[in-house]
Amino acid sequence: MDWEFFIELGLGGLTRGSIYALIAIGYTMVYGIIELINFAHGEIYMLGAFTGLIVAGVMGVYGFPAFAILLMAIVIAILYCAAYGYTMEKVAYKPLRGAARLSPLISAIGMSLFLQNYIILAQTSDFLPFPTLIPDFEFMEPIAHIFGSTDLVIVAASAVSMAALTVFIKFTKLGKAMRATAQNRKMAMLLGINADRIISTTFIIGSSLAALGGVLISTHSGQLNFMIGFIAGVKAFTAAVLGGIGSIPGAMLGGLFLGLTESYAAGYISSDYEDVFAFSLLVIFLIFRPSGILGKAPVEKV
Amino acid sequence: MSTVLNVKALSKSFGGLRALNDVDLQVNSGEIAALIGPNGAGKTTFFNCITGIYEPTDGDVFFTPLGATECRVNGMKPNSVTELGMARTFQNIRLFKNMTVLENVMVARHCRTKAGILDALLRPPHVKREEKENIEKSYELLKYIGLNKHYNDLACNLPYGDQRRLEIARAMATEPSLLLLDEPAAGMNPQETASLKELVLDIRDKFNLAILLIEHDMSMVMSLSERIYVMEYGCLISQGTPEEVSKDPQVIKAYLGEESHA
Amino acid sequence: MQGLKQSIITSLWFMFLTFPIMVVRVNTIENTVEWRWMNLAYVGVGIFILSFVWRWALARKEAKQYETETTDKPKKQLWLSRAMEEPAVAKPALAAIFALSVAMPFLVSTYQTNIFISFLLYVILGLGLNIIVGVAGLLFLGHAAFYAIGAYSYALLNHYFGIGFWVALPLGGILACLGGILLAFPVLRLRGDYLAIVTLGFGEIIRLVLENWSDLTGGPSGISNIDRPGLFGMELSVADANVYIYYIVLALAIITMIAVQRLKNSRIGRALQALREDEIACQAMGIDRVNVKVMAFGLGTAWAGFAGVIFAAKTTFINPASFTFMESAIILSIVVLGGMGSNLGVILGSAFLVLMPEYLRAFSEYRMILFAAAMVLMMVFRPQGLIAPKGRKYHVDDPDLIKEGDA
Repeated sequence: MDWEFFIELGLGGLTRGSIYALIAIGYTMVYGIIELINFAHGEIYMLGAFTGLIVAGVMGVYGFPAFAILLMAIVIAILYCAAYGYTMEKVAYKPLRGAARLSPLISAIGMSLFLQNYIILAQTSDFLPFPTLIPDFEFMEPIAHIFGSTDLVIVAASAVSMAALTVFIKFTKLGKAMRATAQNRKMAMLLGINADRIISTTFIIGSSLAALGGVLISTHSGQLNFMIGFIAGVKAFTAAVLGGIGSIPGAMLGGLFLGLTESYAAGYISSDYEDVFAFSLLVIFLIFRPSGILGKAPVEKV
Repeated sequence: MSTVLNVKALSKSFGGLRALNDVDLQVNSGEIAALIGPNGAGKTTFFNCITGIYEPTDGDVFFTPLGATECRVNGMKPNSVTELGMARTFQNIRLFKNMTVLENVMVARHCRTKAGILDALLRPPHVKREEKENIEKSYELLKYIGLNKHYNDLACNLPYGDQRRLEIARAMATEPSLLLLDEPAAGMNPQETASLKELVLDIRDKFNLAILLIEHDMSMVMSLSERIYVMEYGCLISQGTPEEVSKDPQVIKAYLGEESHA
Repeated sequence: MQGLKQSIITSLWFMFLTFPIMVVRVNTIENTVEWRWMNLAYVGVGIFILSFVWRWALARKEAKQYETETTDKPKKQLWLSRAMEEPAVAKPALAAIFALSVAMPFLVSTYQTNIFISFLLYVILGLGLNIIVGVAGLLFLGHAAFYAIGAYSYALLNHYFGIGFWVALPLGGILACLGGILLAFPVLRLRGDYLAIVTLGFGEIIRLVLENWSDLTGGPSGISNIDRPGLFGMELSVADANVYIYYIVLALAIITMIAVQRLKNSRIGRALQALREDEIACQAMGIDRVNVKVMAFGLGTAWAGFAGVIFAAKTTFINPASFTFMESAIILSIVVLGGMGSNLGVILGSAFLVLMPEYLRAFSEYRMILFAAAMVLMMVFRPQGLIAPKGRKYHVDDPDLIKEGDA
């Protein structure tokens, strides 16, 4: 057995998995609170990547150092995606509270198509190159051929932001209110929790993490177009389902699991069918174990 | 008098929670029986178990349709149970809201009609006849129950009391031998309850049915039913005629005690 | 005053929101930045006006809801659906439309005939999907995959075995139908949004397999030189073949309309609707859920198969790029905009999608974004679609009822 190849695939899977996990959190949090598959969440990630590109492009013209550009790109992308997520909820989902169950999902699909076409019209439908913003660290030199500086930054940034989110959800007042709303929205409202504010916060947090993922992955892959959100979105949703939708630690676990599975399947079986593995995993899990790897099946009330 | 429904030692667990525990219950033909008990006693779970929506964990449900032999129905799919002749209504009204009143009743005659896909596409004469007969029979039922004026309205536009009556009509359209009513009078005013009582009695006499009902309206239960079963925490705690049950100290303690001096 | 302030704030908010994407365009290779400040002004003015319309529409919707809750007045229908209920209007109208569609190829150019062919293809696809989504209430996001199954079965059969169009047409339909039935079994237990995602995943798997199984399907470059349908062994010119295909697709569209209408108003159709309304009550009324769901999938996907075969014959070239999720979303939006469950709605929806951008050139660039926006707006303001389904009206002869009505 070729151990180096095995480890290389594992590390590649880790990088991928971190990004999936970042996006998956947005799906899982929104689903946990309003039981909606926010179909347009992948597009928020894509918008984050584009905002990052624009910031990098503008700052690049004025000759800022790469590290400053990266920082600004991430901060502005997060700011904007949070704003997009917030607005999207107000426009496309809030007026639909209490509507038939399929209406918000169709609205979400519409929103997703809208944002894709918004990018096509306002920017371009072609692939754009994304500048490399993360310098090669010297201390990474010995293993750079299997795990580069970019990978390190992605994994580290994801780990830090997820740890921060966990602390936020567990220990802050707003985090507790979010958990209460996810458990029982009506009861939480009766106890004086402003559900609208909680829902907005959820969208803002989810979108911010997606934006972070969008900028990081673009500098990793070096290119982007308006479609990157769709594939990443479906995969991140798969990750959320794998971990048990509604559960934040589950989304992290699911992301890593999906990243590793994909990486190993592509490495050992066939890289042509990489996406097929991900989609098959999604279909199989939804059919046979919709509650995820760890979850329990709910009983329907009659 | 023959037994229509014979339930023996029925139990149902959800995970660790035992929602039904060794429940025995019989309903004879032409009888109106009632199942009462405090909220959460497991009455609706009992209905769900015998109609096939839940599969019982333990015990047997035997059902004898009119003019047929007894058969064991646990584990059967709900539609097969209905086809055998057991029909029900729901506690929280579950009409087909965006279909018309007449369509609601026609749908329920699904298992008594036969037309398939090809029949629908080609519409040969016997299918047209079946469809016409279906409309007529469904309309008859609506007329019987007093909703024929609204037959072309959407079910969701009916007033609340009429929706409950439509649920009964819909259940009757499956041509049952046993009718299960889950809190038919819930949310009705006294006049509506009184006319519902008349209706239940008349249905029993006219269609020669056995009826098992869950109800919280004690005056209705006491005056309507020939036999009462009382449940608490998933167990049967008493059974008998209305007089016997209302004198049973255990029942008074569990349930009627609060009810009687209210 | 309040409204004015709100609109200004909304407008400023959207100007902020769209600033980077709308105004800045960067070129990271040549290191240049293009600033398009005019776009900011367009967004500001546009949103300012739209926010008034939005609030007015929301207020109107709420007022309507209040009205229907407090009075028994039946909901008003769109004039078009009311007109179609009137036999005196509907019959001549249908006859005129039929005559016009038959004469169409002689009235317009080949190019326009082509557009009408794709319009009718979307009508067929939409009607098929309408059985699954509109009538049976199962949100299905993989319709394009079955369109692909139809197209590829003809293309492959033709390419490898030289099988002609007329043999492939039923085969394509049957294969798509079988595919639908096969998909139905594993997803029986799923409902609503999970079902939607599984069908999406399934559709993408089919597309990815077509794209990657190069030995069989030609991969991303697809299959070309597919035979056009033959007419008693005659060789037709391209223009004539187009006219011929137009008639085939017109005939199929009419058959589809009649078939779907008949199905909807039959015992099976009512069972499908009951499934949409309430799955548990539907079972409790003696309907076999498994049977009905399988039927819904099979009946819906078969039409996609037929349409696929015709599509392959029309373009003589197919590749997986024609069957992406975007295609499924377009067909879904036709059904949603037209009105779920309504056949007239599907025709209107397809017309909006295919014909409007062709004849209102200014729109063609904005076609998809307008469609996407319409999907959201439709869900917010008119979730029942342009033509609201209202349950079939039956006529019963009951002398008592008439007497009561007079009294």
